[in-house]
Amino acid sequence: MTQLALVIDLNVCVGCHACVTSCKEWNTSGWAGYMVDERPYDADPTGTFFNRVQTYEVGEYPNTETVHFPKSCLHCEEPPCVPVCPTGASYKREDNGVVLVDYDKCIGCKYCSWACPYGVRELDEMQKVMKKCTLCIDRITDETKPESERKPACVLACPTSARIYGDVHDPDSEASVAIRERGGYQLMPEWGTQPANHYLPRRKTRIQIFEDELIRAENPLDKEHPLPAATGDTLDDVSY
Amino acid sequence: MHPAFSVIFLTTLIGAAQGLFMALVTGQVYSIANLLPAQDNVSFYAMGSLLSLIFLAGGLVAAVFHLGKPSYFITRAWRGMSQWRTSWLSRELIALPVFMFFVFLYGLAHYMQWTQPLFVIKGVLPVDASLIIGTIGVLLSITLFISTAMIYASLRFLQEWHHPLTVANFMLFGLASGFTLAAAFSAWAGIDLIVFFGSWAVIFTIMSAITRGFSMWRNGRIKHKSTLRSALGVRHTHITQRSMGFMGGSFNTKEYFHGASNATLTFIRLFFLVAVFAAPVALLAAGEATSSATLPLVAFVVQYIGLVAERWYFFTEGKHPQNLYYQTVG
Repeated sequence: MTQLALVIDLNVCVGCHACVTSCKEWNTSGWAGYMVDERPYDADPTGTFFNRVQTYEVGEYPNTETVHFPKSCLHCEEPPCVPVCPTGASYKREDNGVVLVDYDKCIGCKYCSWACPYGVRELDEMQKVMKKCTLCIDRITDETKPESERKPACVLACPTSARIYGDVHDPDSEASVAIRERGGYQLMPEWGTQPANHYLPRRKTRIQIFEDELIRAENPLDKEHPLPAATGDTLDDVSY
Repeated sequence: MHPAFSVIFLTTLIGAAQGLFMALVTGQVYSIANLLPAQDNVSFYAMGSLLSLIFLAGGLVAAVFHLGKPSYFITRAWRGMSQWRTSWLSRELIALPVFMFFVFLYGLAHYMQWTQPLFVIKGVLPVDASLIIGTIGVLLSITLFISTAMIYASLRFLQEWHHPLTVANFMLFGLASGFTLAAAFSAWAGIDLIVFFGSWAVIFTIMSAITRGFSMWRNGRIKHKSTLRSALGVRHTHITQRSMGFMGGSFNTKEYFHGASNATLTFIRLFFLVAVFAAPVALLAAGEATSSATLPLVAFVVQYIGLVAERWYFFTEGKHPQNLYYQTVG
C-alpha cells in the first residue's frame, strides 16, 4: 500500500513561510478552495490555512537554539479524526493514504477537529465546512503535469529543500531513506496515531578533537625559536 | 475547550427530557406494583410525554445551531446517521429521533387509552402496550445518555473527558433534572406524586454530586501525556514558543481555548455547585414540607440554570493537546 507523506527537515528549515504562502496560493484557487480571509486588513483578522510555520526557542539564554517548525496535517495511518465523523465526510484515501474531507458531505460539526490532537483541521468561516491539508491531492494526482511538478506546492516552494515528499511505505523512496538514515520521528507518539509525516531532527556536525591536538608543539617554519632540545632518552637511545 | 452554547443547551435539555420520561415510566411501574396510586392517562402520562417532547425538540433546535450552517440540517444532516459503526455522534443522531418517536408513542398510547393488559406475567404483572413502549423508551433513553456522553468520553486526547465518570455524570445529571422536572410537573398539575419524584430527584442529585465531585478531583490532579517535548520531538526541558506562525486569530486559537479568567471559572464552579446540588435539594425538601406547588418548579429552574453552568464548566475543563502549539502570539 502507498502512504504519501512529507518528511520535514528541521535542520534546514529557515522559517521563511514560503510553504505557507504557496500552500494558500495553490489551494485557495484549487480543488480545496477557496480558503477565506476574514477581515484581512481589519482588527482581529482570521483565515483558513493548511500549513503554518512556528518558531520555538530551545534552551535558556545564552545557550539557545531556534527551531522553525512547519505544521500541517500529518496524514496519520491511524487517523483519529476519520472514525468520529458522523457523515463519512472525513476519509482516508485507500490508494495513497491521504486524509481528506468531502466538502459536500461535511456538516461543520467540528467533531473531527476535537478528535485531532495536533490541531490541524480548521473550519472555514465562509463555507462552514472542515478544511485541512490535502497534500495538494489535485496536483499530485494530475497526470497532465510532468513528474517533477506532481508534488505538493509547499515542497516545490521550499528554498532549502526542507520538505521531502514521497511514499513512506516504499523503503527505497527518498522520504523513507531520510527517515531511516537521518533519525526521522513522529509527533506525539504517545497517542498511537502513527503520523505518516515525519520530522528530521536538528543536527550538529562536530569532529572529535582534543585540546592538545590544536597546539602545534613543533613548528618547522618557526625560525625565531630554536627547536626544543631533547631532554632525557630519545627514541634512538632506547631502541636497538 | 471553548464552550459551545448549542451543545450546552442540547445536552442539558435532552438530559432533562430523558430523565422526565424515565420518571414517568418509573411512576407507571410503581403504580402497577400498587406502590403508588394509578394516575390519569391523559393529564399525567400524555401531558408528561408532551412536556418531555417539548424539551427534546428544544434540544434538537439547539443542535441545529451547532451545524456549520442551519441549512445543513435539511440538506446534509441525514448523512450523520450513516457512520454509526464508528462514531458516537452518529449513534446519538440515530438514538435521539428514535427516542423522540417512542416518547411520542408512549404519550399516544396513554392518550388513546391503550392500557388494557395484553397479557399477564405470572398472574401478577399485567403488561399493556404503554408499558412495552415505555420499557423500550427507557432502554433508548439509556442508549442516548451513553451516546451523548461517549461523544466526549471517547476522545482520548482530552484526558479530562476520557473517563467513565463523564458517562455517569451525564446520566445522573439527566436523571436528577428529569425527576426534579417530574416533581415540578406533578406540583403544577396538582398530582400527588411530588414527594415520590422529589425524593428520587434528591437521591439522583446526591449521586451526581458524588460522581461530579470525583471527576473534578480527578481533573484537578490530572497528568497530561502530551508535552511540548513530545509535540515538537525536541528533547529539552526548556522550550519556549516565540511565534505560532501568525498574529491574528485562527480556528486553532478560538475553538480550543475558553478564554475565561480564573475568577470567572471559580465563580461559575461555585455557582453550579450551589445551583445544581445544594439549592434544589433544599427547595425540594422545603416544597415537600410545605406542600408547595411552586417550590419544585423553582427547584427545577434553578437546577437547570445550574446545569447550563455545569456543562459550560465541563467544556472549560477539557484541555486539548493542540493548545501546546498555540501559546505565544508573534
